[in-house]
Amino acid sequence: MPRLRAWFSRLVGLFSKNRYNAEMAEEMRQHVDLLTERKIADGMSPTDARNAALREFGGVEQIKEAAREQRIWRWADEFVQDVRFGARMLWRSPGFSILAILCLTLGIGTSAAVMSWIEGILIRPYPLVAHQDRMVALFGTKQGTTEKEGLSYPDFRDLQKNSTLFESFIVDRIMGTTLSIGDRAERASGGIVSANYFDVLGVRPMLGRGFRPEEGEGRNAHPVTVISYLTWRDRYKGDPDIVGKTQFLNGVQHTIIGVTPEKFHGTFIGYSFNFWVPTSMQETFDSTGYKLEDRGARWIEGFAFLKPGVTRQQAQAELNTIAQRLENDFPETNRGHRFEILPLSKTPFNAVANLSSTLGITAAVAFFVLLIACANVSNLLLARSLLRRHEMTMRLALGAGRRRLIKQLFTEGLLLSLIAAAGGIVVAYWCRNALVLVAPARTPGITIDYPGHLDWRVLALSVVVCIGSTMLFALVPAIQASHVDLSGALKSEGSGMIGGSGRSRLRSVLVFVQVALSFVLIAGTGLVLRSLVRMQNADPGFSTRSVVVSSVDLFSAGYKPDRAKIFYEQLLERIRALPGVQSATLARLRPFSYGVYSSAPLEIEGYQPPRNEQLAGDYNEVGEGYFATIGIPIVTGREFARTDDENAPPVAVVNEMMATKYWPGKEPVGQRLKVKDKWMEVVGVAKNANYRTKLEQSTPFFYVPVRQNFFVQDNIIIRTEQSAAAISNALAREVHALDANLAPLDAISLQEQVDVMSYTQRLAVALLAIFGGMALFLAAIGLYAVMSYLVSQSTRELGMRVALGAGARDILQLVLSRGLRLTIAGIAIGGITALLLTRLMGNLLYKVSPRDPIAFGLALIILLAVALLACFLPARRATRVDPVQALRV
Amino acid sequence: MAKEKPDLVYGTLDMLILKALQHDARHGLAIADRIQQMSKDILRVEQGSLYPALYRLEAQGWIKAEWGLSDNNRKARYYKLTAAGRKQLASEQEHWSRITKGIDLVLSGA
Repeated sequence: MPRLRAWFSRLVGLFSKNRYNAEMAEEMRQHVDLLTERKIADGMSPTDARNAALREFGGVEQIKEAAREQRIWRWADEFVQDVRFGARMLWRSPGFSILAILCLTLGIGTSAAVMSWIEGILIRPYPLVAHQDRMVALFGTKQGTTEKEGLSYPDFRDLQKNSTLFESFIVDRIMGTTLSIGDRAERASGGIVSANYFDVLGVRPMLGRGFRPEEGEGRNAHPVTVISYLTWRDRYKGDPDIVGKTQFLNGVQHTIIGVTPEKFHGTFIGYSFNFWVPTSMQETFDSTGYKLEDRGARWIEGFAFLKPGVTRQQAQAELNTIAQRLENDFPETNRGHRFEILPLSKTPFNAVANLSSTLGITAAVAFFVLLIACANVSNLLLARSLLRRHEMTMRLALGAGRRRLIKQLFTEGLLLSLIAAAGGIVVAYWCRNALVLVAPARTPGITIDYPGHLDWRVLALSVVVCIGSTMLFALVPAIQASHVDLSGALKSEGSGMIGGSGRSRLRSVLVFVQVALSFVLIAGTGLVLRSLVRMQNADPGFSTRSVVVSSVDLFSAGYKPDRAKIFYEQLLERIRALPGVQSATLARLRPFSYGVYSSAPLEIEGYQPPRNEQLAGDYNEVGEGYFATIGIPIVTGREFARTDDENAPPVAVVNEMMATKYWPGKEPVGQRLKVKDKWMEVVGVAKNANYRTKLEQSTPFFYVPVRQNFFVQDNIIIRTEQSAAAISNALAREVHALDANLAPLDAISLQEQVDVMSYTQRLAVALLAIFGGMALFLAAIGLYAVMSYLVSQSTRELGMRVALGAGARDILQLVLSRGLRLTIAGIAIGGITALLLTRLMGNLLYKVSPRDPIAFGLALIILLAVALLACFLPARRATRVDPVQALRV
Repeated sequence: MAKEKPDLVYGTLDMLILKALQHDARHGLAIADRIQQMSKDILRVEQGSLYPALYRLEAQGWIKAEWGLSDNNRKARYYKLTAAGRKQLASEQEHWSRITKGIDLVLSGA
């Protein structure tokens, strides 16, 4: 026990050193006072008595020092000393310290933020949902295609009933509506969800309740809604009595029954939902009709929770069995249809699928930057250690223990990395939401929420990597120092050789690694940038500049088809009469939107499909003059006219791809195809265009007249020389004149619409540019540090060369060539690495080879330029070496 | 401790301090006085080694210190023997008497 107590007492002594010192001084003062008093009592004068007492007591400081040694562990005391000394050393070379700390801070901070972000999206996307490890995405597939489809509601119910390995299934369908409160109207996004949605996810409404089982069933039977926390806070001003109030949604009065907790945004990553309604309300929110009893309507996205201990393979096997049974029971609708489950990170329906390659690359890039930062700091430490070689030698010579020296350097490294780690955590904290800012804005009116919380595990990993590498390289000089031959080292101080390889090999390797990694990053950035430019310049097949799109949410306003037809008729007339408008028409979907094109089984006259292939096609319902308005050329035949209405024979326009697929070598105009039990005659062939993104493969596609296939919800497409803003104002006026309760959505140019869909590329460019820039900066610092060091170490040699007649040019050349040699070696390795890695960039590249010479050439030039600059400053200093000074040292 | 004066056998100061505190709590000067008095002025404790020894003993947990008032109403730090200190004193005394007996025998037998 006494041993433990002593230990503790010393420990306390260590941390409350000041208090103990004060107490000690006080005690000794009292002692001297007592002695003095005693001597006065013996008859001495006060002054003599005090002097005598002090003499007798001895040197106060020495006693204190001796006493202190009893109290405090020697090594611990030394540790405090080391920390002080280390801090002083860091303080004395602020340039070095700031650079090192900055590099590490940036490295730790950004990589931790990025990794947290990725972890949040890919692995645990839903902050409030329990058992995400057992949650999987569920969707349908069709044999013979790679396409992923939704589930039908009857199939979902059968899965619920017949599965044994699953704990539960939920379904969810994203949809939008116009939410008007008072005179404000805004787009709102919502989810049509199964009644068990909140219960299965384990999300308890903050106010009110979730859905009851019976609320999922019955056509339009349960107009109830759960709203999100943000909607409650922003649109309903945090009304505490919100539950029980009503809200018009798509023209139907809904009762608000609950408010979700703050962190719950729905299960569609990338969108923050405003409200949820039960499946029973599907028809109210889906302009394409009632689907709850239609086994062929695959419109919902599913999620499932596996029972504990069940593997995905077992679950998949059970799904296959159920799908086969359904196929037997309902061959009409289920022939060739299967179910499939995937981990959440591969959810086919939401933004994750678009983002995953971007995220993967970002993760790699962030890791690269972390590595570069570590290499940089190691480099700085090495540079400094060599500069401090003399100091180390001197201290050894003066009797410092080698272990003590190592401890000293160790402490300095620790101090450095701890400061940086603290800084990194702060940076990560700030950055965690900054990535959302980098992400370009998407569809107006829809909030994006990426779960950007900081993950402590990720942070810990980054910090450990940084501290580890710092310590490793902090110790190299200590180990070197302990092998120093004292007399030799003291004699020759400056012995570096510009021309030689010598002992700076390790540092050269580090610079070399940095250059190589930077090259990979810059080349990658170049590739993505070129893809983006290519994409921006690529022709989607329609005009993007002088076409403006908008829409009026008639469906939400409760318009029935007859009334809507009249409304559109009148509105288009008014728009066409506006100054500067060339033409205007309708289309159910605008190109490059998140909407889903109509799709139907097809029958083609005179075309025998290969066995097992069920023909199907995507199409759009468009108004007269659509092709002229949007700028898609008609190759043969004609486009839709006003006369193609419900009284005229059904017609269709197909694209070139479709024409060559089904009627090769024949004249397509005049051929017939059957869509949804309706025979249509092909009246024209339109040029191929992009329909969803510029990345898509050309696919067969066709158009039908909107007059023959009417939908209440349409887009208005206007060809005009006016700006979108001007059209917006005019449109608002015209819509208001027709119906004072309506307001159109902001008109945007098709170009804007197209840009929205290239956001993954733009996000990648933004992220890669940031990281690439950072890497470049760090690599430049690394090179600069090495060259500076080499120059300062070889003053003597340089002086000698100058004395022997070398001119400034020769010196410049000598230093630059050494730096460039390093750079070029790094670039060579970087180039090879990049060639291997850029192939993995997958769908981020658009019509750019992963070995694009321009991107690689650009990276080469940039790196060379930066390297030249980094070497030039030290090289110029080298030319100023005064030979007399240099040789005298 | 190298600073100890030769009139004290190395390592005995700790034992003497513990002995001086055997019955009463005392402050530093009083401990020195007590040792001097008990040894009939043969042993004089050097102040320079007294305090390091006191702190050492305190860190070992054999004595405990607290602030109190001296006879003439001065603030002073009083040291007191702990239970562990008492045990330590007993074992050191036993050890010491064995050693001295041995030394006596060696010296007298010569």
